[in-house]
Amino acid sequence: MARYDRAITVFSPDGHLFQVEYALEAVRKGNAAVGVRGTDTVVLGVEKKSTPKLQDSRSVRKIACLDTHIALACAGLKADARVLINRARVECQSHRLTVEDPVTVEYITRYIAGLQQKYTQSGGVRPFGLSTLIVGFDPYTDKPALYQTDPSGTFSAWKANATGRNSNSMREFLEKNYKETSGKETIKLAIRALLEVVESGGKNIEVAVMTKNDGLRELEEAEIDEYVAEIDAEKAAAEAAKKGAPKDT
Amino acid sequence: MECVLGVVGRDFAVVAADTSAVQSILVHKTDEDKVMVLDSHKLMGASGEPGDRVQFTEFIQKNLHLYQFRNTIPLSTAAAANFTRGELATALRKNPYMVNIILGGYDKDVGASLYYIDYIATLHKIDKGAFGYGSYFCLSLMDKLYHPDMTVEEAVDLVDKCIKEIRLRLVVAPQNFVIKIVDKDGAREYARRELVGDNAPVDAAITVAA
Repeated sequence: MARYDRAITVFSPDGHLFQVEYALEAVRKGNAAVGVRGTDTVVLGVEKKSTPKLQDSRSVRKIACLDTHIALACAGLKADARVLINRARVECQSHRLTVEDPVTVEYITRYIAGLQQKYTQSGGVRPFGLSTLIVGFDPYTDKPALYQTDPSGTFSAWKANATGRNSNSMREFLEKNYKETSGKETIKLAIRALLEVVESGGKNIEVAVMTKNDGLRELEEAEIDEYVAEIDAEKAAAEAAKKGAPKDT
Repeated sequence: MECVLGVVGRDFAVVAADTSAVQSILVHKTDEDKVMVLDSHKLMGASGEPGDRVQFTEFIQKNLHLYQFRNTIPLSTAAAANFTRGELATALRKNPYMVNIILGGYDKDVGASLYYIDYIATLHKIDKGAFGYGSYFCLSLMDKLYHPDMTVEEAVDLVDKCIKEIRLRLVVAPQNFVIKIVDKDGAREYARRELVGDNAPVDAAITVAA
């Protein structure tokens, strides 16, 4: 009994919380996830590591709906994700019950981040090993939003972000190529970012699009392949243009 | 006194309730909607203690939604009815909810179904039922006039006859009613029957038809 009142997360002499940093390592090993905010659309994309032949891939859903207007993707320990997602879903309904209003994206993000922080400051527990990307539409202002949380419990809003494996490369790509987009352009940007770090094409990514009126929609494999084809064509055209120009001079 | 009634027809269920909110001799409002749309294909008509009615039906609704988010599929009508009964039963011997419920729903595999759930957690699957003093008149009318596989027009006609009887024979009778329907296309309001209030026209359908 006495063992369980010892904090697992304690400060190191130079001010680090190693457990939290190790949790961030776990996130870095998780699958790649990207989120992009457009003017009327928000997109979540997640890498789908190759499914074992005998596994029913439909039972492995990487993007979760928290409420009709909020969705979440994550990178890291999937079992921890289940727990957080469940708590968030309950909180979304509980909020609707007590104040008769749906949650804002910021509220539920703050709730999830608060939960993650609690587990860095409690006895006998370890932090959640995942970072989340939360998207949704504010029910009052109708503005799209994208937030990210991490195992330390910090959160902030983003125009576009990535987490998980090779998130740095994806973030660099997004920083270079981000501009205000809407509809299909937002989806293309998210897929392009994912394709930077994910091998080959449509079979290996899961993409979900959220709009104000239609809620969350998972893209079919065929649709993703279409986007990938478009992106490849654009890339080829850009390459050709680059090769063409110097020869002309 | 509050009345809730329900009838099952061919691939649809109708749930109707009065829309009066009364406290002793005062009528607070005549357009209180007591038939809650639980989800896309379920209706819950409730009568009883006003605070408990709202609290309990909203609680059930939010738990149904939570189930749907967790499991990506909605609860069946039977499961929802049993869940509701279970909640009433659990609270019964501590802090009972004084709410009587007629729950109507449509499932693709089962069709339309109607459940009678009273405040002491009785659960019955029924084709027709009613709560409140109005039930003394409605049940007799339903016994006489109900037959299986009614069309929407026939079922609503039966409900209208019940409403007419309630208005006529109940002292301090509720005047306004709401009728909601659930079928394969979902749960929605079908009609209102209003004799009093800000928007009440003379309800020709009632006075002429029956």
